[in-house]
Amino acid sequence: MSRIGVFICHCGSNIGATVDVPKVVEAARTLPHVVYADDNKYTCSDPGQQSIRDAIEEHDLDRIVIASCSPRMHELTFRKMLHQTRINPYLLEIANIREQCSWVHKDIEAGTAKAIDLVRMAAAKIDRDTPLYTTTIPVNKRALVIGGGIAGMQAALDIADAGYPVTLVEKEPSLGGKMVMLDKTFPTMDCSACICTPKMAEVGTHPRIEVRTCAEVEKVAGYVGNFEVTIREAPKHVDYELCTGCGLCESKCPTKITSEFDQGLGKRKAIYKPFAQAVPSKPTIDAAHCRKINEGKCGVCEKLCPTGAIRFDDEEKRSTETYGAIIVAIGYQLIDWADLYGEYGGRVASPNVITGLQFERLVNASGPTEGHIQRPSDGTEPKSVVIVKCVGSRDPHKGKAYCSRACCMYGAKHAHQYLDKVPDGRCYVFYMDVRTPGKGYDEFYMNTQRDGAVYLRGRVSKIYEQGGKLVCLGEDTLAGATVQVEADLVVLETAMVPADDADRLGSMLGVTRDKDLWLSEAHPKLRPVETNSGGVYLAGTCQGPKDIPDTVAQASAAAMKVCILFSKDELESNAMIAGSDVGLCNGCGACVAICPYQAVTLEEVTRRENSVMVTRTVSNVNPGLCQGCGACTVACKPGAMDLKGFSDEQIMREVEALCL
Amino acid sequence: MRYAYFPGCSAASTGISFTLSASYVAKRIGLELVEMPDWCCCGTSAALVTSRDLAHALPARSLALAEQAGLDLDVVTPCAGCFSSLKRTVHYARQSDKNRHRLEEIIELPYAATADVMSLLEVMARPEAMEPLAAAITKSLNGLRVASYYGCALVRPQEVTCFDDPEDPQSMDSLMELAGAEPVRWAFKTECCGASHQISEPHGARRLIARVFENAAANGAEAIAVACPLCMLNLDMREAGINESRAVPFDIPVFYFTELLGLAMGGSARRLGIDRHFWPTGKAVRKALAPPPEPSPDNHSTSELPQEVTVA
Amino acid sequence: MPVNEAPTASAATAATAATAATAFEPTILAFCCHWCTYSGADLAGLNRMSYPANVRVLRVPCSGRVNPQFVLTALNKGCDGVLVCGCHPGDCHYVSGNYFARRRLMAFKRLLEFTGLEPERFQVRWISGSEAGKFRDTVIEVCDQIRALGPYRSGVSDDVSLNG
Repeated sequence: MSRIGVFICHCGSNIGATVDVPKVVEAARTLPHVVYADDNKYTCSDPGQQSIRDAIEEHDLDRIVIASCSPRMHELTFRKMLHQTRINPYLLEIANIREQCSWVHKDIEAGTAKAIDLVRMAAAKIDRDTPLYTTTIPVNKRALVIGGGIAGMQAALDIADAGYPVTLVEKEPSLGGKMVMLDKTFPTMDCSACICTPKMAEVGTHPRIEVRTCAEVEKVAGYVGNFEVTIREAPKHVDYELCTGCGLCESKCPTKITSEFDQGLGKRKAIYKPFAQAVPSKPTIDAAHCRKINEGKCGVCEKLCPTGAIRFDDEEKRSTETYGAIIVAIGYQLIDWADLYGEYGGRVASPNVITGLQFERLVNASGPTEGHIQRPSDGTEPKSVVIVKCVGSRDPHKGKAYCSRACCMYGAKHAHQYLDKVPDGRCYVFYMDVRTPGKGYDEFYMNTQRDGAVYLRGRVSKIYEQGGKLVCLGEDTLAGATVQVEADLVVLETAMVPADDADRLGSMLGVTRDKDLWLSEAHPKLRPVETNSGGVYLAGTCQGPKDIPDTVAQASAAAMKVCILFSKDELESNAMIAGSDVGLCNGCGACVAICPYQAVTLEEVTRRENSVMVTRTVSNVNPGLCQGCGACTVACKPGAMDLKGFSDEQIMREVEALCL
Repeated sequence: MRYAYFPGCSAASTGISFTLSASYVAKRIGLELVEMPDWCCCGTSAALVTSRDLAHALPARSLALAEQAGLDLDVVTPCAGCFSSLKRTVHYARQSDKNRHRLEEIIELPYAATADVMSLLEVMARPEAMEPLAAAITKSLNGLRVASYYGCALVRPQEVTCFDDPEDPQSMDSLMELAGAEPVRWAFKTECCGASHQISEPHGARRLIARVFENAAANGAEAIAVACPLCMLNLDMREAGINESRAVPFDIPVFYFTELLGLAMGGSARRLGIDRHFWPTGKAVRKALAPPPEPSPDNHSTSELPQEVTVA
Repeated sequence: MPVNEAPTASAATAATAATAATAFEPTILAFCCHWCTYSGADLAGLNRMSYPANVRVLRVPCSGRVNPQFVLTALNKGCDGVLVCGCHPGDCHYVSGNYFARRRLMAFKRLLEFTGLEPERFQVRWISGSEAGKFRDTVIEVCDQIRALGPYRSGVSDDVSLNG
């Protein structure tokens, strides 16, 4: 038999003015199992709390109902108060008779009647409350950063500088991501490599950062503070312990392959560093194209290597380690425009129709043309360039409905760079709108127009080759006329889309994807770097298109969240979580499917049932992952799943108490 | 291969060459075309600008009559305009029962929209037609450089036509290749020829025709193949007029793709209706039917990767 | 000891409000999710908005926690109407809970209506934490509708048997 104490608060006159508190106390005294009821002027005040503690002692209460303001206001206050008593802090129910009663009803009779109902519901519910306990989860103070672009590097550096070890996993052979491919950065036009490569070097040499290149996250288990992560490293075929990075192998390798880093505009060798300032500054063998590995012939690199670092028989490595937090910084890729825009030539387009990223390589001093802007088809300098913005962006019919945010600025940058290098050239920019919010951005765009770039408001409907020129048919909606521009080079400023890995990593980490497969933050305004998975944070363009300043800011914010997590030795788990009754569970897995946090898993148990040992599949709730939403309880057909603190029985009692 | 046949209004008049050549080819590949009973004008773009209901109802009437006559066959039509109208109607009727009932109400006939509609080009580009075509082609067109011109209505809108690529279609090109012609890669396969504006806006519309010839010429086409009587009329009839204002005139004859297939099967120009064209076809036909040159020895390289070989 | 043996007053306390001894005052149970509608209801209080006292809010963590069984019990045991409120679809604090609630409760609502329940007696609404005014308006609207319908006398199962 429970012994319930009920405490009704006047909240000065806030409650007392529209609810007859003594009458509610009288009614409460008549409720089943209520052994004590009293009122108080201010229950939340120190004397108010003391009187509750005294009553608990005096009347041997084992659970209490407080009728006062909203539980969103003082539930935690009163739980803390119960910490100082022998009652479990979760044996507390609050009847909200202020916000949802006295403040909204003027009639004392009706208000008092409702207050009595609310107290009766709370008393009925608490009769079935059970003590709940939080558990503590140890925090493993090592961070994993996935992606070695500018976002991943910034986050890794910030966490490492705060004193925590970081592992940075990069899929490519070098750090740097997309930023290091760029030539200059808007609006200040500082050289991208000059500001990006020092960061790469800093990451590469930081004593608390371990860099793993050619590596991918294969499996993630566990939960906040305790992620078990399996990382797969592709074979590099070079022993980095021995390699000095002299580059002899690369210079003598006979096989030339189209360079991914140069966006198909340049060549690289089969043993290669993607670019000169790569970090780590050591080469990798591209096994798919190496003659020795594929045909057994050649082996020049092995013969020449002064330190004997070449390992043709190198194998894939897998390791599983524990991390406390994960930052996802896998960035973006550009939309594959050729599949979508047949009118621009599609798969059989002229080589002189290039993407913005290809233009970055063309204009880059360390790129395939050493910074001379040349037509890929014949190496001549284009005298007329057309820049087409919003290719794949803001085009729900063919591409994506969203704006890719950075293209207006880098489109202006490309126009500016072209006119700078080819002063007698003509540059036309087809645009839908020019969007330049940001420090110094609009000034930059206006300057580009002053440089001589001709902005035409309209879309390009067709690009075709005729007489050695690219003919662009389009519309100038401001002039209300169709236009035809003959260009030597066309630059398509294509949409940013999520990296290929986003979907796979998202489902592995329990991070939801939005309609376009960008990884979703926990709240678009107030929790922009957290995700719905505790301990998993987002940095950079994996969350949505953004420019470099925003990416770096978000990366530092994500690092800060990790540092906050690591500032504690232990985390307290939520006490009000779901739990499954093994005896009732039939292992159907409906709860597994409905759980948004991947907190429920199926596992096999062997137990005695009807004096026989049976092995059955049943569901199991991970207390570190469960957030207590209760979706699984409704999905559970045999009624095995229940939510602590809001159990089926408790809610039914409340319902019944109302319907008396 | 048996289809219900919707000839369209031009079949016996301006498009007579299409009819002659199509029936010649159809007979030789075992393609049986059963003319639909009491078919009427499809309404084409004229109906569409008058009333959407009319544009759907006219084709629906013909299709419903075929159903009523127990003609349980898919429908084929040579004309791109008819194809567009008929296909759009079937698409509309299949979108919802409400749409279909509305049509039934207007035409006062039951209409189940069971039959599919295809263009003659689509039918001939199907594997079951390609096979007998390959067998029936006895002469090679001798590498005649043919620019396949699909026009705007055959492949668009794609969600309605469900046929080939809307920007770079390939079906006619593969038929031309089959006939021994060399398909030209060019950019104006699906651009509008301006047919419906030739009367009202002749100046702007002539420009559209000129663009098509310009791009075909720039890509070295010796002939243009079409699959639509209106495209044919527009290009073939007006080529001379366009040349009047040009320093360098075009000299590109226009053929129905069926005419070229017919030539490759050994059909005479007269039988196929080629002698009824406006622009002279003689040069192209002579080149196509000239005896084939000696086959050159096969010497193209097989290396896939550009490789530089330096022996260490 | 079962709760309903309690010696307190009559059925539907709200209905006994002395001011309207004869007029019918319905008892309405509102399941409100903690993160959106419950805080919206709190905000209504904070803004001293006024609405009928007939509604009793039962706090749940998420609208996805509402088992149709709760609704059936409420109707069978004497509630005149049931309201389920949660975050707007897409804004669920628990990612997807309200989507499940929407699908489940809409199917359930159709089932209830099939058995003869007036549609107004069971309603599902989406009210965010900032929509205090919408909460008040919803309560007023639902109250008016159910007051017009009159008391819900018998359980769903009884209705079915009457039809049979």
